[in-house]
Amino acid sequence: MTTLLILIVLVLIAIAIWQIGKIFELSQMGKNDSSSEIANDEDNKNNGYLLFAFLVFIYGITIFSFAKYTKVLLPEPASEHGSGYDLLMLVSFVVIFIVQTITQALLHYFGYKYRGQKGRKALFFADNDKLEFIWTIIPVIVLAGLIISGLYYWTNIMDVSEEDDPLRVELYAQQFNWTARYGGDDNVLGDASVRLIDIDRANVLGLDESDPNAADDIIVKELHLPVGRKVNFYIRSQDVLHSAYMPHFRAQMNCVPGMITRFSFTPTITTEEMRQNPDVVDKVKRTNKIRAEWAAEGRPNSDPWEFDYILLCNKICGKSHYNMQMKIIVESEEDYNKWLAEQKSFSETILKDDTSNTETSMVVESQEENPEEVLEELKEVVEVIQESH
Amino acid sequence: MSAVTHAHVEEHAHDDHGHHHKETFITKYIFSQDHKMIAKQYFITGVLVMGFIGIAMSLLFRMQLAWPGESFSVFEALLGKWAPDGVMDADVYLALVTMHGTIMVFFVLTAGLSGTFSNLLIPLQIGARDMASGFLNMVSYWLFFVSCVIMIISLFVEAGPAAAGWTIYPPLSALPMAQPGSGMGMTLWLVAMAIFIASSLLGSLNYIVTVLNLRTKGMSMTRLPLTIWAFFVTAIIGVVSFPVLLSAALLLIMDRSFGTSFFLSDIFIQGEVLHYQGGSPVLYEHLFWFLGHPEVYIVLLPALGITSEVMSTNARKPIFGYRAMVASILAIAFLSTIVWGHHMFISGMNPFLGSVFTFTTLLIAIPSAVKAFNYITTLWKGNLQMNPAMLFSIGLVSTFITGGLTGIILGDSTLDINVHDTYFVVAHFHLVMGISALYGLFAGVYHWFPKMFHGRLMNKNLGYVHFWITAICAYGVFFPMHFVGMAGVPRRYYENTAFPMFDELTDVQVLMTTFALIAGAAQLIFVYNFVHSIFYGKKGPKNPWQSNTLEWTTPIEHMHGNWPGAIPEVHRWAYDYSKTYENGEYIIAGQDFVPQDVPLQENEEELNH
Repeated sequence: MTTLLILIVLVLIAIAIWQIGKIFELSQMGKNDSSSEIANDEDNKNNGYLLFAFLVFIYGITIFSFAKYTKVLLPEPASEHGSGYDLLMLVSFVVIFIVQTITQALLHYFGYKYRGQKGRKALFFADNDKLEFIWTIIPVIVLAGLIISGLYYWTNIMDVSEEDDPLRVELYAQQFNWTARYGGDDNVLGDASVRLIDIDRANVLGLDESDPNAADDIIVKELHLPVGRKVNFYIRSQDVLHSAYMPHFRAQMNCVPGMITRFSFTPTITTEEMRQNPDVVDKVKRTNKIRAEWAAEGRPNSDPWEFDYILLCNKICGKSHYNMQMKIIVESEEDYNKWLAEQKSFSETILKDDTSNTETSMVVESQEENPEEVLEELKEVVEVIQESH
Repeated sequence: MSAVTHAHVEEHAHDDHGHHHKETFITKYIFSQDHKMIAKQYFITGVLVMGFIGIAMSLLFRMQLAWPGESFSVFEALLGKWAPDGVMDADVYLALVTMHGTIMVFFVLTAGLSGTFSNLLIPLQIGARDMASGFLNMVSYWLFFVSCVIMIISLFVEAGPAAAGWTIYPPLSALPMAQPGSGMGMTLWLVAMAIFIASSLLGSLNYIVTVLNLRTKGMSMTRLPLTIWAFFVTAIIGVVSFPVLLSAALLLIMDRSFGTSFFLSDIFIQGEVLHYQGGSPVLYEHLFWFLGHPEVYIVLLPALGITSEVMSTNARKPIFGYRAMVASILAIAFLSTIVWGHHMFISGMNPFLGSVFTFTTLLIAIPSAVKAFNYITTLWKGNLQMNPAMLFSIGLVSTFITGGLTGIILGDSTLDINVHDTYFVVAHFHLVMGISALYGLFAGVYHWFPKMFHGRLMNKNLGYVHFWITAICAYGVFFPMHFVGMAGVPRRYYENTAFPMFDELTDVQVLMTTFALIAGAAQLIFVYNFVHSIFYGKKGPKNPWQSNTLEWTTPIEHMHGNWPGAIPEVHRWAYDYSKTYENGEYIIAGQDFVPQDVPLQENEEELNH
């Protein structure tokens, strides 16, 4: 209801502005000769002042946005390369704001200062090689600096080499959820192909059973990473393009069907530590205040929030693109190992041919449309079977 | 039929022409071969009709973003079954986003902008009777019209229009089971775009040939107004890059309908493995962006050309650095064809390629910076006539700078990682190509309206209201949007409620949507002004803005062939505003401009070209 009211108010404002324009127009009538649709000194003056006011507006909205919205930005980076990334971003922003402030000032100030007056002579100033040289060479130098530092960081970030014994993790994307796979004890990911997917037997990622490296692989729905260890991601998609976006780590890579794409970073801050970060504490406080209001209104999805790193899909992938996420937990090496030990390996979860009973296939048939639910159901079935053994 | 023969078949009676022929309603208003009529047809179809649809769509999804999941009767009325109980469906949200992008980029800002002003101005400003081929020009418009009709029909098919984003990346766009919009809607999208490309190519070839061959006596390339340079180079970029999009579209059609695997491989969807093997979506991305990036400049260069002309005229000063402006247009055109990879830094292509594209991309900032500085210097010590067209030109420079600067971040492969496909990108390109190009379009309409509609002028006060509301709202929408992007909000999300980390951004969304709705309403002022002025606009003098270019030497009443007598000869460049003798007297006493057809005066030195 409030939204409707807001809309009505907006429409009324728009109509009001229009009417003001009409009145303004009427008041101008009869004042001028036949060429009155051409700007006269009065128009030049008014719009010259308005241009100056507009400059103030631009500065105003800049300051307003920074004052009000800086807090919504991402907290400090939680990866090793992230600090370099943020530094380069900061430097670029400083450059941008210097240029923006100066050029907008000149543009609008000139608009105000040189507003037309009858009889005034403009300066015939058509060329100046020196000036043009200066404002060609300055961008060249500044951009060269930015390019070189950008390329330096880029080469480092895109280093997906196997040095320093990285943890190997597969990120697997499908409409509309994520799955992660660990190499298991040998830290080697077994071969996989979508052609080997066998939902009836709970081989949802299409692992190659004949590959000995696959047996100990661990397939999970929550990404756990040990702090301080380099992680090499091997990224796959089974259906359409997705993008694995981990904003807190300044990390993103597309998931391309038919290809394994790669990204690598070293997490530096555990989830627990990040929750203590003052910016994050404030953000959680603000957010929970909003959510409490929503809860009071009886809106769904308004429980109190606890900060977590998150993996989002950032490439349009269909209807539920907006809700394709996976929780990321960065923890100490010990906690990570403990968690990992609790997970079941591929060889434990796959259904052998003889164990697949009619009950399972019935479940699959009835749920054929939704692989995610199938997976969940299958996991339950697998657990039941394993408990009974 | 060449333009030369056109000269002999003029419709109006003039003493020095022997035979006239009667034009029927159909040949004059519908299947017209006259460039001025075709320009108007492009404007009405491309800008007024398609622009209305495109902008209205954006307002609908902006409302969904600000008030996610709320019920609106306007949704129910316009979207019908796609908005059950007035709540927008997630699929139709994506469809609206997709069609908004497609319509605005291709139909409004490519066909609407270039189609209108290239057609109107090229013959008039170079001193030609008409386009090189009036017939091809007519075919070009009608192909565009057919393309528009098919695209609009696609909005009404059962499963909805294309919804894979305006870039229609496969496999999403290739597999009907991936989303409803990838069925018939996508087929129609591809057919419409294929026809659109044919139309665009015919138009572009015509523009190129006309500029090269039909310039009047004395109109050397270095005397061309910057508008013509911009249209000319835009047409060249179009001819170079649009065929590549056509190939991408054709290959996609083959993948969709004939089982080939150009872009598809290893797909398991809806419980089954598809047969596709060996293709790559990254190949599609390369083909798409080989057009897609030059497309940005196809949209922007005409707007910059219009701004150059309008700004110089209204500043009563020559454009600063004419040769630098031409050089930067050429540099931008060349560089625009080798920067496409900056849309694909994280697509999975080799990171080394990313380095190369970072380098070329940041290079393109140099000619862009030169242009911006030259515009600012053009204002310096001018005698600025604040006509609405002038304000829109100044506004263009402002948004071009604001939007262009953030390109430094997006063009840098490193910094792109975390803002790629977020609202930061949306804010960037809307300011630098969307809003800027629209401002150029508006500047052109206000400035050349008298040349389109028999000397009538648009109402300046409505123009001022239109400009100031639009200017404030454009920044109001897109400035805060940068922060949303840097907070990590991905684009093309139906709602952001699935992530508590975005909850506190709801306020910003409401603010942006409010500005967007006001800006949308302000465009109605323009539409009203435009339509009203066609019939009731005050007639101005023959050369209302006291401009130097040749179009203002033609009679107020339109005529086939443009000039009643011989085509004027050109003796100087287009920018002799406020030129004086050494003693400070204007070249023509009492007049601060010297039209291009005025011969060099005694003791006058030809300067700067």
